[in-house]
Amino acid sequence: MRRFSARLVRLLFWLLIARPLALVVLGLNVRHRDRLPQNGPALIAANHNSHLDALVLVSLFPLALLPRLRPVAAADYFLRNRVVAWFALNVIGILPIARDTQGGRDPLKACETALDHGDILIIFPEGSRGEPEVMGRFKRGISVLAARRPQVPVVPVFLHGLGKALPKDDPILVPFFCDVFVGPALHGSDSQAALMQALEASMRRLSDTCARGHGLLPDNPAS
Amino acid sequence: MFSALTPHAAAFLAGLFGLLLIASLIVAGMRRSRPGVDYAELSARVNSWWVMVGVFATAMALSPLLSLLFLGFVSFLALKEYLSLIPTRRADRRVLLWAYLAIPLQFYWVGIGWYGMFIIFIPVYLFMLMPMRMVLIGETAGFLHAAGSLHWGLMLTVFNLSHVAYLLALPAATNPAGGAAGLVLFLMFLTQFNDVMQYVWGKTFGKHKIIPKVSPKKTWEGFLGGVATTTLLAWGIAPWLTPLTGWEAPVAGLLIGLAGFVGDVNISALKRDLGVKDSGNLIPGHGGILDRVDSLTFTAPLFFHYLYYLHY
Repeated sequence: MRRFSARLVRLLFWLLIARPLALVVLGLNVRHRDRLPQNGPALIAANHNSHLDALVLVSLFPLALLPRLRPVAAADYFLRNRVVAWFALNVIGILPIARDTQGGRDPLKACETALDHGDILIIFPEGSRGEPEVMGRFKRGISVLAARRPQVPVVPVFLHGLGKALPKDDPILVPFFCDVFVGPALHGSDSQAALMQALEASMRRLSDTCARGHGLLPDNPAS
Repeated sequence: MFSALTPHAAAFLAGLFGLLLIASLIVAGMRRSRPGVDYAELSARVNSWWVMVGVFATAMALSPLLSLLFLGFVSFLALKEYLSLIPTRRADRRVLLWAYLAIPLQFYWVGIGWYGMFIIFIPVYLFMLMPMRMVLIGETAGFLHAAGSLHWGLMLTVFNLSHVAYLLALPAATNPAGGAAGLVLFLMFLTQFNDVMQYVWGKTFGKHKIIPKVSPKKTWEGFLGGVATTTLLAWGIAPWLTPLTGWEAPVAGLLIGLAGFVGDVNISALKRDLGVKDSGNLIPGHGGILDRVDSLTFTAPLFFHYLYYLHY
């Protein structure tokens, strides 16, 4: 019964609050939506500027996939007190991982189990939100995970505009359209460095496409 | 203050769907006769028209309040698109929030029919309030650019577009033929049809470029053909939907044709300045919302004040 009501609360939150916020208050301009996985298991690798990032990424998928979507998040931040922890675990549906690996426990074990269940994991390889609209260096945890499950696609997604809508250290949300650029799927292999290089290159390409603002092409005749 | 659709307005709405049906049939015919050519863009364009006319017609038919909310939402989308396109200062986030909050207020003035407030709220009060808020934040680098571009966008996307909504608040008794909705239908239809006709005339006969630096594909033939068509159409439709009589009707069409062109190239110039092709990709086949309402941002206030001066 508790399990059921928690799922219902999660569904209602996404249906009535999170998705309207992402799709109506903000609004998404998605390029190459067809490159998103239709089903799990999959890894979504995105740049991180705002708490809205996970909200937007989950809203890219149909509501039927909601139980499969798990934003991977830092345990020390999101489990810092009981209220936040309840919300993060049950409503957002995060998969908490330990940022410091002291104590010898494998921080990626839970991710592997979730992938084996067919979940779609949302990962921010930058590790934290950082400066708004500036991409930090990627941590290599995702390549370790992808190497252990080489059949699972790694889909790069570049987000632009959310750092303006809700940056770190400012609680006021201001509506802006958010650009979402989906890149072609990559796969892990024994060479973790190769995946990191491919991932960073793909993100750079997507970010360049975004920065060019579709380029100065001839005007749309009827517009 | 608000009234339901008159028979004329309802018949006109039905006619719009007939027009869309014809457009869809033509596209389907083109696809069949020339299977090699890619008509995806044109097809998406017509399909989007179905959705836009469908939503608009539903709102208009159900209730004037719903129409008001719909138009307010269009203003919100347009302002959001504008603010997402232009460079904004991080320090101004709270000022931008004020600009957004101006939308419900502006449409509230329309809803209660407070003309005096409707007409000065954004040009006077917000013109002073927003720079004041910026000054209180204290960031002076880029101040003129930020204050100027914010107010310009607010005038264009909220003040100008809200004139469409105020047509609904005009006393219905003055316009027994079309009612309040008739005026909105007249303006919206002629504005959008003028866009289409300028495109069709230009595509068919276009030779002499009219404004190559801003919009290289626009021609004198398209411009003049569109304006002439719109003027004639206005003459024919006005008695059914508006209180305009005699010469007033074709002049309204002429105004809409001319202003529609200027509103269109106004947004083209903005996009060219910013180096973008479309203002967004909200509407498949059309681009962004600003690409769709560009002409309306100029035709709405001009048509409104022309009509207001003559009849209200």
